[in-house]
Formats: sequence, C-alpha cells, structure tokens
Amino acid sequence: MIENIIDYLKEERSQEWRAELRKSLKAKERTSRERVKMPEEDPNIRNKSNTEVNTGLPIENAVLEAQRCLDCPEPTCMDGCPVGINIPKFVKKIEAKDFLGAASVLKETNGLPAVCGRVCPQEKQCEASCFYTVKLKKPPIAIGYLERFAADYERNSGKMAVPEVHEKNGIKVGVVGSGPAGLAAAGDLAKFGYDVTVFEALHEIGGVLKYGIPEFRLPNEIVDVEIDNLRKMGVKFKTNFLVGKTASFDDLKKEGYKAFFVGSGAGLPRFMNIPGENYNGIFSSNEYLTRINLMHAADTEYDTPVISGKNVAVIGGGNTAMDSVRTAKRLGAERAIIIYRRSEKEMPARVEEIKHAKEEGIEFMNLHNPLEYYADENGRVNRMKVQKMELGEPDASGRRRPVPIEGSEFYIDVDTVVVSVGVSPNPLIPKALSHLKVTDWGTIVVDKETMQSSVPEVFAGGDIVRGGATVILAMGDGRKAAAGIHKYIQETVKAN
Amino acid sequence: MSKILEKEIFSTNVVKLVLEAPEIARSRKPGHFVIIKIGQKGERIPLTIASSDVDKGTITLVVQKVGVTSSKLANMEVGDEVTDVVGPLGEATHIEKIGTVLCAGGGVGVAPLLPIVEGFKKAGNKVITVLAARSKDLIILEEQMREFSDEVIIMTDDGSYGKKGLVTQGMEEVIQREKVDLSVVIGPAIMMKYASLTTKKYNIKTYASLNTIMVDGTGMCGACRVSVGGRTRFVCIDGPEFDAHQVDFDEMLLRLGAYKDQEREAYEKYLKTTQTVS
Repeated sequence: MIENIIDYLKEERSQEWRAELRKSLKAKERTSRERVKMPEEDPNIRNKSNTEVNTGLPIENAVLEAQRCLDCPEPTCMDGCPVGINIPKFVKKIEAKDFLGAASVLKETNGLPAVCGRVCPQEKQCEASCFYTVKLKKPPIAIGYLERFAADYERNSGKMAVPEVHEKNGIKVGVVGSGPAGLAAAGDLAKFGYDVTVFEALHEIGGVLKYGIPEFRLPNEIVDVEIDNLRKMGVKFKTNFLVGKTASFDDLKKEGYKAFFVGSGAGLPRFMNIPGENYNGIFSSNEYLTRINLMHAADTEYDTPVISGKNVAVIGGGNTAMDSVRTAKRLGAERAIIIYRRSEKEMPARVEEIKHAKEEGIEFMNLHNPLEYYADENGRVNRMKVQKMELGEPDASGRRRPVPIEGSEFYIDVDTVVVSVGVSPNPLIPKALSHLKVTDWGTIVVDKETMQSSVPEVFAGGDIVRGGATVILAMGDGRKAAAGIHKYIQETVKAN
Repeated sequence: MSKILEKEIFSTNVVKLVLEAPEIARSRKPGHFVIIKIGQKGERIPLTIASSDVDKGTITLVVQKVGVTSSKLANMEVGDEVTDVVGPLGEATHIEKIGTVLCAGGGVGVAPLLPIVEGFKKAGNKVITVLAARSKDLIILEEQMREFSDEVIIMTDDGSYGKKGLVTQGMEEVIQREKVDLSVVIGPAIMMKYASLTTKKYNIKTYASLNTIMVDGTGMCGACRVSVGGRTRFVCIDGPEFDAHQVDFDEMLLRLGAYKDQEREAYEKYLKTTQTVS
C-alpha cells in the first residue's frame, strides 16, 4: 500500500506540467525568497469585533509563495499531514494558477480544507517536516495559508465542486456527532455510496467547529458551506438526537443501520477541584465559548445570557484557552489574562494564536497556578489566589514539570474566570453500550488501523478515542474509520 | 420541531403541554428530562418530563412562567411548534420495592414527581405523597397523584386548601406516624433544602431532583455543576437525582441566581413586548 502511494506520487510528479513548472524557475530563486506574510486585521480593531483575524492571501502572494516550493522528489511535508493531502500537487497547481484544480486536489483527501487551512497546527505538522524547515533551516512553505487560499478561492468562485460519489448502495450507516471526525467520516462514507445519517445532540451541525472555535478564527459561514456540500453528496443530518438516549444503538440497528461511527467528542470539561471553583462567574471554557459561539449570548437579540467581566482570567495554555481569553477581550474585558502553570515554550496552543493574543493586548501570566477563588455575598467570584511556579525535571509528556514556589502566593482581582485545563471523554456513549471496551480514562478502545471498537459494528475516532486532540487528527480518524467501515461491511454484511 | 397537541391551563402561571415527540416518548423513563429551545434565537432550558404516551408518541411537560423562555413556552398554543426538543436526558430514577416511600412535591415540582410516584407504586411500595403550594389554585395534578398514592396530604401556605403549613410539616407528620424507608423530594431548591433537612433528622434516605441552569444538557459545559458529598457533579449526566443529604443546597441556590439580573431585565422587557401585542 505504502509503495503504491510512493509510486503514485512519483507518477504524479513526473507529469509534464509539473516538470515544466520545476524548470521554469531556478531552485536558488525559489529558496532565496522570503516566506509570505498573512495579512491581518488591525489588532486594536479586531479585538473589539468578531471579524476574522487572518484576511487571507491575495492571489499574487499565493502564487509567489507556491513558487518557493521545490516540488521535492520525496515530499516529507506529507509525512506531517494526518489526512495525507498531496501537498506538492496542490501547491504546484497554485503556482500554475489552476486554483480550482488546487482545491480539488485538497478535496481528494480532505473534506474540510477551508477549515483545516485555518485551524490546523501546521507548524507542528506539514510545515514542521517541510524541506525548508528540516534541511535549509529556513521558514517553511506556508502550506496552511495556501490550503486556505485554494479552498477560499473555490468557495468564492461559485464553482464549488461536489465530490463524486459512488452509486448509492442503500446500506445505512450512522454517524454519531457532527464535529470534524463525524463530518470527515460522513463525507467518505457517502463517497463509497452508503446511505449516511449524521446524528447530532445539539440543535446545530458542526460540533466543536460551531460551539467551540470562535467566529474570529473560523467563521460559521465557512463551516456551513462545507456541511452543505455534504448534503449535496446525499448525507442526511438529524439534530436534537442523542444516540444512546433518544434511541439506542439497538433501536437504530432495527431501523436497518449496519454500522456506526462514533465521533462524540471529549465533551466533559475538567475542573481543578480547588476551593471556590463553583462560584458564579467561573465557567468551563466549553460553557463560556458555547454561550458566545453557539448561543450568541453576546448578541442582545438572543435569549441566552452571559457574564462579561472587566477582569477575566483564563486558566490554561491551549487553543481553547486562547479562544476564551480573546473572546473575553472582545466582550469588553479591560484585563484579559492567561494564567498558565508552565512557560510559553510548553504551551500547547498554536504559535499563531499566541502571537495574535499578544497583539490584541492579552496579558500572559506564565508559570502561575490558581490555588483558590473568593466571592462576594452573592457568590460571584471577585478574587483569586495564585502561586508562582518554576520548571523542574521533564514529566511523562516530555515537558518540564511545573513545581510550585513556596511562599510566592498572591492575589488577583477577577470577576470572571474561564477554566480551560482540558476535557474528559463524554461518558454517554460508553454508558449506552455496556459491552464496549473503554480505557481507564473513559476513551473508547479501537484498532489503530480500522478504528473498530470491541463492538464489531461500532467504529470510533476523534476526541472520544484520543481524549483531546486537534480538528485534523479527528478528521484523519474519521477517514480511517470510513475505510474501516467500508471493509467491515464488504466482508460481513454483504457476505450474508 | 415538536408540535403542541394539547394545552391545559393549571393556574395563571402554570400550564400543561402535550408535545409530539415519538422517539423521546418511547425512550423516556421516570426522572428523565428534555432540553427545549424556542426559535432560532432562543435559549436552551431543561424541563422534566411529567409523562408520556408511547402509542400517541407524545410527552407531557408542566411549565411554570418564571422567565422569558418558560413564559414563551407557556404562552404557546395548540398547533404551535417548539423549535428544538432533545432528550430524554439524565439518569432515570432508580425504582425498586423498598417499603414505604414518602414523596414530597412543591409547586411545579409536582409534575416531575408524578412519574416517580407512579413508578414506586407500580413496583409494589406504599406511597404517601405530600403536595405543597402557596395556595389552593397552585396545587396541581392532585387527582393523578391520588390514583398512584396510598395517601395524599395537601399543604398550603395560606391554608386555602388541605392543611395550613409547609411541606416539611406534612412530611414530619407522616414520619412521626409510621416507618418511612425512602423519600423523594422535588420542588424549588429552597423547598428541597428544608425537606431534606427534615428527613436527615430521622435518617431517612432521600433523593432530590435538581433543577439547575443548563446549556447543552449532555455533559459538555458544566453549567449545571453542584457539590454532592464534597465532589463536583454534573446534574445533566450524573443526575438529576442525587442523595439529598449530600447536596450542597446553599451553593446550588447561589448558582441558580447567577444570571438573576440579566434574567429579570430580559423578563421585564419580554413582558412589555407581550403587553404591547395584546
């Protein structure tokens, strides 16, 4: 299989148009160019509005950036992509100014390129293994920017291609959860010809792409276009439907469903279990972001309320923490502070999000940890105690362990706190399938290749398997599971 | 979309609604709740299911006007559609044959208590039910409660019906009279707090069904968290019923007031708009 891919890539690379392009510009000219910069909305304007921070590359710059790519014989960048995008091919299509062609290359393996171009941690994936990074020690090709460019170009062209789907085979497959894992699985299953229904517990499709990631980083409109595309491919969506509660897996099997993909997410926020954490004004990041993004609480036209504080502390250093703290700033916070127990180097957030947050006036209190919260007579948080930390020996994650500095405690006035220290797997599905094998953490145990669980007809991926990961890893799981389900159905269901 | 098929007005502020929701009707058990949302701009609120009819594919909710969403819902008419209804959510009540069960319902909390009373009765228990409200017109579902209870005691604050006094007095009367093996209390948080203090005095195991603020209702947000036995639990997936003697009701009361000001402001605004319409 792997050899086939290598052969395939070689064959693609040897096509005339690619060879011509390579000859059109000397390698030295390509490598001597500066990496393109992403145009951004002014930090002092954007931190008061919901407009998207990155405004996207203009055509000329996209082409110039694509020209930097050397079209390597062994494209190491692809090793870093969880969904195996044919990166050199799509980049070269941009260089050749065939932008719709570039988009269709992306869509061969990635149903949501406009999303991934915006939220993937490219610096840890494709761009980390780019030839420029590894060998030339220069800034990598801006693969993420180019991905976004091609996807946006296609969407704005009005010529959005609907991927080809196989003739319908009439076999019903259920997808549980409409986040990135579920959408990726649904897209591939539809391509294989299955009758796919996506079940979503909330009233809107999109999962974390809708309730979690804010508008200024991923506009809802972009997610909706991708969802519409899936609809055009024949995927059906059922909102307000909680599999395991509204109907059991057995009920659905009786309705003819032959297999399921579970991408129910890691929807159980963790708290730190420190004194005062249940005071009013202290939210999980899930609650804070859901109120703002899904329920539009900051818009007075909507019924859902939210507390928008003047002094907001966000606990944690991941992408969700950055999303929360930047949201707080946009809701009018005078001080919006990140409180993180390690140093910036250990932060799990994307480098770009940290940069954007700093530009927008977010304060960073790294190497600090909350110890206790205090409240006024109405139970509203008004102060917190924090402790300074220092870094000790590396722990199991390989990051240096934060160690408290005794006697360094002090107080900060806060009126809103957002706890963003990670999530646990949502227990609803494991509870609904008593014979499903789960880990001690509550994540579903699956075969790494097929994503099949201990219940043969149930496959799973994304955070319910990984416990907390990224959009792109979830999508990679969804695609793998779709292939796994296809194989399973070919072997078992059709044989009977 | 769930269509409203029947509506019955219990009192000025309390109505019974029968909604079309065949899947939920089939899957729900006593103790389960739904989350509803009205219109695209609505908020999500939890409501416990009072009963269901599998053949007709309906669920019954009893709604008291306390804020914008509950008022909008209570003001809807037969034929109107509720935009979003999801459920059944939460863990079902653990119903078993245990002996004598003392059920106490305050105000609109009587509605979610009804399926529990029915469940315990059908499991072969002796069920004594105390229904409490401010006055006679706020006592609801009395007839249905009588059908499944060995005895119903009515308490009103003003003495306009049944006995004058609080729910705890009615409960205490029963406890002093006979052996009670289990108690279930549902109503406003303050009522559940005192009802549970009463049974604690006599060491009677007690369940309370908590009605906290929720957003998604599936464990995702943690808005509904409460302290039970010193541990943080989520009402939506760990509850809604908990060992009442372990629940920190004072914390819960504070948390219920988290949006007091916004809620009052929104409600006043809403009342003005409805007045202009009518």
